[in-house]
Amino acid sequence: MSLRRQNPQLDSEGRLRHFLSIEGLGRTILTEILDTAESFAGVGSQQVKKVPLLRGKTIVNLFFEASTRTRTTFELAAKRLSADVLNINIASSAAVKGESLLDMLHNLEAMQSDLFVVRHSESGAAHFIARHVAPHVSVINAGDGRHAHPTQAMLDMFTIRRHKGDFGQLRVAIVGDIMHSRVARSQIHALTTLGTAEVRVVAPATLLPTAVEQLGVHVFHDLAEGLRDCDVVIGLRLQRERMEGALLPSEEEFFERYGLTERALAHARPDAIVMHPGPINRGVEIDSAVADGPQAVILEQVTLGIAVRMAVMSMVLGRPPGAEQGETT
Amino acid sequence: MRRIRIQGGRVIDPANGIDRITDLCIADGHIVGLGSLDDFHADETITAEGLIVCPGLIDLSARLREPGLETKATIASESAAAAAGGITTLCCPPDTDPVVDNPAVAELIRLRAEQAGKARVVPIGALTQRLEGQQISEMHELHRAGCAVVGQPNRSLGNSLVQRRAFEYAASCDLTVFLRPLDPWLGHGCAHEGPVATRLGLPAIPESAETIALARDLLLIEQTGVRAHFCQLSSARACAMVAEAQARGLPVSADVAAHHLHLCDHDIGEFDTLCHVLPPLRSERDRDGLCRAVADGVVGAICSDHQPHDTDAKLAPFSLSEPGISGLETLLPLALRLCESHAMPLPELIARLTSHPARILAIDSGHLSPGASADLCLFDPEQHWVVEPGRLHSRGHNTPFTGWELKGRVRRTLLAGRTVFMEPSA
Repeated sequence: MSLRRQNPQLDSEGRLRHFLSIEGLGRTILTEILDTAESFAGVGSQQVKKVPLLRGKTIVNLFFEASTRTRTTFELAAKRLSADVLNINIASSAAVKGESLLDMLHNLEAMQSDLFVVRHSESGAAHFIARHVAPHVSVINAGDGRHAHPTQAMLDMFTIRRHKGDFGQLRVAIVGDIMHSRVARSQIHALTTLGTAEVRVVAPATLLPTAVEQLGVHVFHDLAEGLRDCDVVIGLRLQRERMEGALLPSEEEFFERYGLTERALAHARPDAIVMHPGPINRGVEIDSAVADGPQAVILEQVTLGIAVRMAVMSMVLGRPPGAEQGETT
Repeated sequence: MRRIRIQGGRVIDPANGIDRITDLCIADGHIVGLGSLDDFHADETITAEGLIVCPGLIDLSARLREPGLETKATIASESAAAAAGGITTLCCPPDTDPVVDNPAVAELIRLRAEQAGKARVVPIGALTQRLEGQQISEMHELHRAGCAVVGQPNRSLGNSLVQRRAFEYAASCDLTVFLRPLDPWLGHGCAHEGPVATRLGLPAIPESAETIALARDLLLIEQTGVRAHFCQLSSARACAMVAEAQARGLPVSADVAAHHLHLCDHDIGEFDTLCHVLPPLRSERDRDGLCRAVADGVVGAICSDHQPHDTDAKLAPFSLSEPGISGLETLLPLALRLCESHAMPLPELIARLTSHPARILAIDSGHLSPGASADLCLFDPEQHWVVEPGRLHSRGHNTPFTGWELKGRVRRTLLAGRTVFMEPSA
């Protein structure tokens, strides 16, 4: 009886208008993002690291939560596409008390911005903003609460595809704090949408959300079993504050049971790659020997992240005019 | 002395077992009796053919926002909305600002309601001072100032000893306690713990937040002998626990909010803040369990859990939006859906909105016995209407039922024989 809901991410032609979450996007669009990223992957190594695709466009990085890496790679991506970039950091929510979030958005819109890249500490913030921006403005989610971090997930998919090719043959394990991780949720959706043979999550029950298996993953509490015969091992950052609230007894015990060490990695396939969205906590979720070892592709993820963000920006801003309205799906 | 005849309606008075097409006669704001009453000469005749004539509805939980949050709504605005919803008696929880923990606030609320003159307002007194869960309130004084019951409206007390003392004291004042079981530690979050909250990454409230608090309440009720009423149960399991307690003879009753009978966590969709409510919308299984508990009589009352908000309150990311639904004007039609979905006889359903809540509050209301105040609701059970937030009388337009076609429309509401609402077209 409830009203039919729009797919807020697509325009009337089925093209990407906002990039808010992996969920709701099909394999075709995800593959298009990866293929577009491939075409941008060489730009960074050119003498002149720029293409003129988004010349004259204004992109606002709107970060309500502190971030260095993500904001920087978005900024670099925008600049390599020749867009103008404005960085606004509102790390403390007190700064927005006087002005409502919407008033602030409408002010930025009035400055003829074309794209908001948004990070916020609350789940659903990017959807909320996308629902209220003017028709000519697009929104890219750079992380909202525990919900989604779709560009991170796509750069991870890009890294995996470059190393492993066909997702249909792969066994992927995500290890660590799944509960609080927007990265993990987006990775799971991306992996399952791209047809990954098996996706596993490995964590103690305190770091797993209820009914996580309904997202299409197999749950493991034992690291050795969880890593067995995996092609890809993804570690997640463990926030220090998780030691409070009775989620874990100590960093030491977590590292002992779930730390990515060479010994643990020996259970995965010999050619397995090790990934991590960063920043890494050495000695907490990953051992230095693994983080700096031959199987780690962690720094490559950062580099490829720029190409993926260029791809998404060019797709949402490169659409022909006149297709702003969302379509009922 | 003004004499009114309500002619030709189907009079349903569950408290007296009446369900027949007849006239209802009113004199000087009170019920005279049913039937043509040959010696009754009416000054005014209200035609009620095709309509149900029943006692005015009694809503066990409605926030009126006054005192404290008059920017959202006032007693005058919301009692007018209540009249439009066929509701003649409203219970307001004590979490106003200031809290209803002293007679002055209770008296202020009643005075404002009388001035507005659209509905009776029964304040619920605070169980503990400032609702802080440390010191029990002056329950006897609150009762004398018009609080029919005392309660702790939002979440359970942390301190079991204070809880026990409060129950003992309320029992010795012969007062019913209104409780909303929600464990203070497990109960932090904004959505039901399950696949939807997991997918959306929303902080989640498990079912056990309700059932653990309920279990403790039930044990202390058994020990202290206090009469207790559980407000807005949200899980099927909680209903089963209440049913078991009732079967053992404990003096406990329960209500559910009308929206919990029709919505579940899936309705949150992509972060629809209009579905942000506390207790949260739970699973489909819970929703069905709540409906069955209403049909079986375990849950004796359906309330609106009305919480009007200004527009900004819902214009935020989900967890930062304020919880609550503006529900006064959808209470009756949402409740009526159970007649079809769960084959509830109409008189039984009406009892859940009239005589049962009156009994829970221990007030003389919710029936049409001769001499009773003529608080009446006249509604067309077959009339369809589409919910449009802009057409609600409440100052709160926050309803997730926008666009729903509902069946059952209030045509006229009388408070002590005076028409306080009449549908414009009627």
